[in-house]
Amino acid sequence: MKPAIDIINVSKVYRRYARRRQFATLKSALLDGSLLGDLKPDETFQALRNVSFSVPKGCTYGVIGSNGSGKSTLLKCVAGITRPTEGEVKVDGRISALIELGAGFHPEISGRENIFINGIMLGLSKKEVQRRFDEIVEFADMQDFIDAPVKTYSSGMYMRLGFAVAIHVDPEVLLVDEVLAVGDQGFTHKCLDKFSDFRRRNKSILLVTHSLDLVEKFCDEAHWLDKGVSKGEGDPKKVVAAYIMNVEDSEEHSLAKAEAARLAASASEVPQAPPPDVDGEKAPENPVDDAETTRDGFKATEGRWGTREIEITQVSISGPDGESGHVFQSGDDITVHMTMTAKEPMTDFVFGLGLFNADGVCVYGTNTNLEEFQPSEIVGECSVRFEMDRLDLVEGTYRLDLAAHKADGYPYDYHRLLYTFRIKSRVRDVGIYRPAHRWTFGGGITFKGGTT
Amino acid sequence: MFSSLAKLGRYRALILTLVVRDLKARYRGSVLGFFWSFFNPALLLFIYTFVFTKVLPSSHPASMEPFALFMFCGILPWTWFSASLLESSNTLIAGGNLIKKVMFPAEVLPIVTVLANMVHFFLGLPILAAFVLYYQRPIDPLELLWLPVIVLVQLILSTGLALFLSALTVHFRDLKDLLGNLLTLWFFATPIIYSVEMAPRDMQWWLNINPMTHLMRSYQEVLFFDGPFGHQRWLLGLGVGSIVVFLAGYFVFDRLRDSFAEEV
Repeated sequence: MKPAIDIINVSKVYRRYARRRQFATLKSALLDGSLLGDLKPDETFQALRNVSFSVPKGCTYGVIGSNGSGKSTLLKCVAGITRPTEGEVKVDGRISALIELGAGFHPEISGRENIFINGIMLGLSKKEVQRRFDEIVEFADMQDFIDAPVKTYSSGMYMRLGFAVAIHVDPEVLLVDEVLAVGDQGFTHKCLDKFSDFRRRNKSILLVTHSLDLVEKFCDEAHWLDKGVSKGEGDPKKVVAAYIMNVEDSEEHSLAKAEAARLAASASEVPQAPPPDVDGEKAPENPVDDAETTRDGFKATEGRWGTREIEITQVSISGPDGESGHVFQSGDDITVHMTMTAKEPMTDFVFGLGLFNADGVCVYGTNTNLEEFQPSEIVGECSVRFEMDRLDLVEGTYRLDLAAHKADGYPYDYHRLLYTFRIKSRVRDVGIYRPAHRWTFGGGITFKGGTT
Repeated sequence: MFSSLAKLGRYRALILTLVVRDLKARYRGSVLGFFWSFFNPALLLFIYTFVFTKVLPSSHPASMEPFALFMFCGILPWTWFSASLLESSNTLIAGGNLIKKVMFPAEVLPIVTVLANMVHFFLGLPILAAFVLYYQRPIDPLELLWLPVIVLVQLILSTGLALFLSALTVHFRDLKDLLGNLLTLWFFATPIIYSVEMAPRDMQWWLNINPMTHLMRSYQEVLFFDGPFGHQRWLLGLGVGSIVVFLAGYFVFDRLRDSFAEEV
């Protein structure tokens, strides 16, 4: 059977004109003779590179990818709004594109007239619009306002009406670009029902979205684009999983970069003998006390201070595989590894650690003094490992304080919020701490699914 | 190019709807609404009558009375022409949403602009007719048959120029401002507030190469001057020229079409 959409080796190159050209005038164009010749780009931007796939009839096809990956450009090529630079797009049947809802609405005239105009723009005849009119109004839930000028509509009403018209064009192929976010819950359900209805009638949907849940639940096939290049297609669950892995990798990368920048900034600070008074108070006695003052958020500034008599030279955070990283799953075993150097043998030293969430709330803090390790000596280069068997945190970004100081708080080397890592979780639970737990149900209660 | 030109016929319903939308939206919210399309030219005619009979009675030969009516024969179609070009130079940019987000035949926009202004021109005609009757000008009904031909020639010419300008303005935004001044110059270079005979001898050649001269002269001959319509040759020649302008305008538009979605 002929596929509904066939995309063959599509590439799209956008031209980026240099500033000088952008403000080029007719005169310069005439002088250069470029008016009738091709406008030569000074720079180009490749939005799509050799993308190929086909959407069979009756298939719901999801396209995922980060911002700027070329999803919307692809959709515009399929919709015929722009032409691909190379390659070919074949579409079988009438297309309706839910790209910009209500794009043709005129603010001064009524919703009723706009429905007609919009319908005709989307390729219906006046009679066809007439036939669907009641259904459209009903779907958009706009009975009371249909004769008011569109400029008086709220943005939700505007979008709903646009959506209702576009979907009632009754296309063979529906292109959807991230438009499900327009309405309230009820409307979103209505839209999803409408999509299901489409599927039943063997029509095809090409869906571009950031909602991975939607792709997993709703699509028959998925396609992952990254910077205009096809990175994989097939079973939605697999494609989404591959995409999430990649997002974690790139988050990892950006966290590592930010951390390196912070460390570089703090390294340039001159080692100080007296403890710095961040806001006129005495230096923190230990990380836990420090956390108390952090809670009001005033002292949550990152930085590094101390005499460096004992210096923390290297820090890494590693997950269950022992590799250092910045993105972990909730419940992973996580180890914080510090390398330090004592310039001279010391007898008074405490190692501490504080863990903070993005709000600056101390999740946990401890040190060797609190746990009653009696220091006897530190010499030369040594290492400290802090191993957590299960770090059951909810999803979020966390920061670490690490310190080496005297028992009275005199700082040797204090690293304040310099280390960041992210915890990922499949469960969208909230709070700070996730106790190990399970649900059990007795009597006549039954559930399907569940993650614990 | 000719394949997309052939498609133009299929957009009739769309063009019609958009013209109606334009007209409806223009006066929406004003008390007099559509009547403005009558009042505007009527008020203009009163002003000209006052200026040229009371303030400057000697600005024209006596044979040109009523001079206000003479000018009105030219100003009415000129307003259609200049408003069409001015608005169409901006129409693609204003309709950017449609071009970028919906599959929409872009050439519809300048065409709609020209047609909407034509409707305004038509609405001004009854005022003109009322004054022709009031002054009891002798009008040959047979000559009036030329009027649709003149309007058609102007429509083709305006549409061709509108397509050309709308496409170019997307790339050269300066054109919009330049055009306003150019049209003022063009207005005075066209026998509208003076007749061809009133212009100096050595200017005749210049007037003759201005296409608008022949359009305006045709209107004036049919609606104002006595005697038989003597401008057929020029008018038909202009008609052929207009078709060439239209095709050239469409050609440029079609060539630049793909760049609209990216440049608007």
